[in-house]
Amino acid sequence: MIYDVIIIGGGVTGCSIARTLSKYNLDICLLEKEAEIAVGTTKANSGVIHAGYASPRDYIKRHLCIGGNKMYTQAAEELNFPFKRIGSFVVALEDNQIKQLEEERKKGTEDGVPGLEVILDKKKIKQMEPNLTDEVVGVLHAPSAGLASPYELTFALAENAVMNGAKFFRNHEVVKIKHQDYVFTVRTFAGEFQGRNLINASGLYAARISRMLGLDYFSIMPRKGEYILFDRNAIQLNKILFPIPTKVSKGILVCPTLHGNTFVGPNAQNITDRENISTTTAGLKEILEGGMKLVPNIPARSSIRNFAGLRAVPDTYDFIIDNTDVYGFINVAGILSPGLTATFAIAEKVVEFLELLGVELKVKEDYNPIRPKPERFKDFTKEELDIKIKEDPAWGRIICRCETIPEKEIINAIHAPVGANTVDGVKFRCRPGMGRCQGGFCRPRVIEILSRELNKKYEEITKSGEDTNILMGKTKDFLLKRERGGARK
Amino acid sequence: MKKYEVDVAVIGGGSAGIAAAIVVKKAELDVLILERDKEIGGITLQCIHNGFGLHEFEEELTGPEYVQRFINQAKDLNIPYKLDTMVIEFTPDKTIYAVNNKEGLIEIKAKAIILAMGCREKTRGAINIPGFRPAGILTAGQAQRFVNIEGYLPGRTYVILGSGDIGMIMARRLTWEGCQVKAVVEIQPYVSGLIRNEVQCLEDYGIPLITSYTVTKIHGKERVQGVTVSKVDRNFDRVIGSEKFIECDTLLLSVGLIPENELTREAGAKISVMGGPVVDNNLETTIDGVFACGNVLQVHDLVDLVTAEAKRAGLNAIEYVKEKYGKEIGKKTQIKCTAGENVNYIKPDLINNADLERDIIFTFRVKRPDRRLLIQFKDDKNKIVYKRKKIYVIPSEMIELKLNLREQQIDPDCKSLEVEVIPRPEVLIEED
Repeated sequence: MIYDVIIIGGGVTGCSIARTLSKYNLDICLLEKEAEIAVGTTKANSGVIHAGYASPRDYIKRHLCIGGNKMYTQAAEELNFPFKRIGSFVVALEDNQIKQLEEERKKGTEDGVPGLEVILDKKKIKQMEPNLTDEVVGVLHAPSAGLASPYELTFALAENAVMNGAKFFRNHEVVKIKHQDYVFTVRTFAGEFQGRNLINASGLYAARISRMLGLDYFSIMPRKGEYILFDRNAIQLNKILFPIPTKVSKGILVCPTLHGNTFVGPNAQNITDRENISTTTAGLKEILEGGMKLVPNIPARSSIRNFAGLRAVPDTYDFIIDNTDVYGFINVAGILSPGLTATFAIAEKVVEFLELLGVELKVKEDYNPIRPKPERFKDFTKEELDIKIKEDPAWGRIICRCETIPEKEIINAIHAPVGANTVDGVKFRCRPGMGRCQGGFCRPRVIEILSRELNKKYEEITKSGEDTNILMGKTKDFLLKRERGGARK
Repeated sequence: MKKYEVDVAVIGGGSAGIAAAIVVKKAELDVLILERDKEIGGITLQCIHNGFGLHEFEEELTGPEYVQRFINQAKDLNIPYKLDTMVIEFTPDKTIYAVNNKEGLIEIKAKAIILAMGCREKTRGAINIPGFRPAGILTAGQAQRFVNIEGYLPGRTYVILGSGDIGMIMARRLTWEGCQVKAVVEIQPYVSGLIRNEVQCLEDYGIPLITSYTVTKIHGKERVQGVTVSKVDRNFDRVIGSEKFIECDTLLLSVGLIPENELTREAGAKISVMGGPVVDNNLETTIDGVFACGNVLQVHDLVDLVTAEAKRAGLNAIEYVKEKYGKEIGKKTQIKCTAGENVNYIKPDLINNADLERDIIFTFRVKRPDRRLLIQFKDDKNKIVYKRKKIYVIPSEMIELKLNLREQQIDPDCKSLEVEVIPRPEVLIEED
């Protein structure tokens, strides 16, 4: 078959485009090289939905960010992903920084960022965020800034896209693209796909995909950001806290998460290896010290995980959203911060381009924008819980102790559209292993459930896809092999 | 919602919970054990090595053999227990909410509660090792479960970080399975588990123990391919230039245990620095009628000591139900116990002045190993209440002392008591 649109890349950008396009009468498919979606740049995003005052005025990302921020209210209602506007502070620690805050406020307000306010009353500031350092002299408060869970948003987008007919193919790494007679033939390790339009949302690999069609007009540089995550109840922040930004990044922030944890990070380090998501001693020290400038009582001892992500930084430093010279090929590349905020606006931009390409965009009669809220043990009242467990006993078998996750949520995560097929996939969808024991107790049981539900052997269950098997064999296997090998004879 | 009323509810059906329940049942009170796993017995079930029971039964048993004796006793006494049952909340008025897949949500009103939820292992995040996050990193206890209960091997070649007891025992266990343990790496200058495990699990199998080293980087994107270990100085800062690469496909972590007290904290009980609840000399937490024992209170090195502590908690719960429950308890006056020189923590945290006539069992651990010492209890006026010689101390061995403070003529008005472990004065050495 020939698809109307093929999307390469299952990050938040690709999934957002898929979901937006699934509204129309189009045959859509999305190709992802990894075993799960949302595992590249999306996974280690801070999750901050920016107010939009930060980027320079001549960048399209400023406008897509301000517009995208506003689209979140409706999207969160439709897609039921965790989202909250808690507001952010840019924290000035020296008097001479106030001028900069004022300027940001003025320009931001002119461009439509709502509610921006410079607060100099230290008492009021501390009231709003008691954990903030005493050194604060003023803050820029952006009430429209918020938090979203980047991977839960991506899962929601993918699910809704599939509900509306889009097809997702994971473990499909694109190796070659041919364009002939207005049809793209996309070859992957697992088969060929044909489509009339091709959207490149492949994040760190966007330049490589673009070059497959002979378009070599930008480059993408991986820029690493490291994070440290702290246990719930270690500290409770009300606001997203930014330092005064530098040229390279918005700086190391101290930020609550929607699940009650706190994180510090990211730093910014340009690297060359697109898969180097390792953390470093120096980096972890840097972010901890950076965070302490804003929140001196960071609970360093309560850290439960450190991790790193890579931003896809284009050489233009702005988003590259282009209808290219290859007819039907749209680049959506270099989606670095505030890409998550802009994601819905970016998808709309792609719709505009497809319209220009003459694609007929007719809204489906049965289009359903609602992705039902995943049922969560924690959201039920005691009475509801009692009924739920009687309906399905899997609600009453708790697998993850730290986050109180029952078997049912894991089963649902596995059988959802584009559902989990790895241990990490389960973890990011419904949180077993995200808590303070980091899977110490629940991992054997998650493997058991995955093995049962996917009809796979224990040894075949992976952490995150090919070559990441968690178990290497049964007990006595190695001994028996040694015997058979004749070493003992 | 199904509702129950019992005299004593025990949260956790491991070695501590079962022992406590047996004591309570023998006093003819109603008791109920709530266990989140599919069988009672707890972590001891996966400890298939021997060395259990030397104190309790004066014979050497494996973990499952040891705990089975208690399980059998519990069954003989018809002690009711609920399996696959997760307590989601308990309140200061001792109402417990739990779920299981047979009954749904259940509510249990108890006169007293015994907390026996055990502990969990510290993870990589807790010690912030940099590097990749591939498959092949797990805690020693998790590996123990995979190997001993599930029957699977998590890898072929191992480095074990931390010389905790489970780590050393797993080093031996995996060697028996034909796996290769390249090294046990310990950040401290001394082994952190029991000496007997160092000898029987590492030395006997020629597994190198590398002290004053730690893992400073994890290599491998999909699967662990090796680790970099580095020497550390006295402040645990790594010594630049001392890095060594060790090839392995699995990294086991045995870097410490933390009492599991989320329920306790949420119920509003005070938690001490080491993670266990604050308790008085009756093992009663800061919530009236809620007692704690076993690893949820403090991490023990021997299950026999857990059993002994659990029995005490059981007896105290019985006393509470029979004599104190439902009665107005005035404000308790208490003496605060604090950890002094070379003492990491001490239990109990508080002593009721009303209980000064009783023998009090103190348990504590030192911060670092030392020889030729004096253990001293001082009151708030620096008066020495009690002292005792000790030949050597190590952090892995919990020190237990039974004291009658009245006999030691403690000033009943004193507000605090400090325990310290100090070098013995020269004169005393000759007496040794």
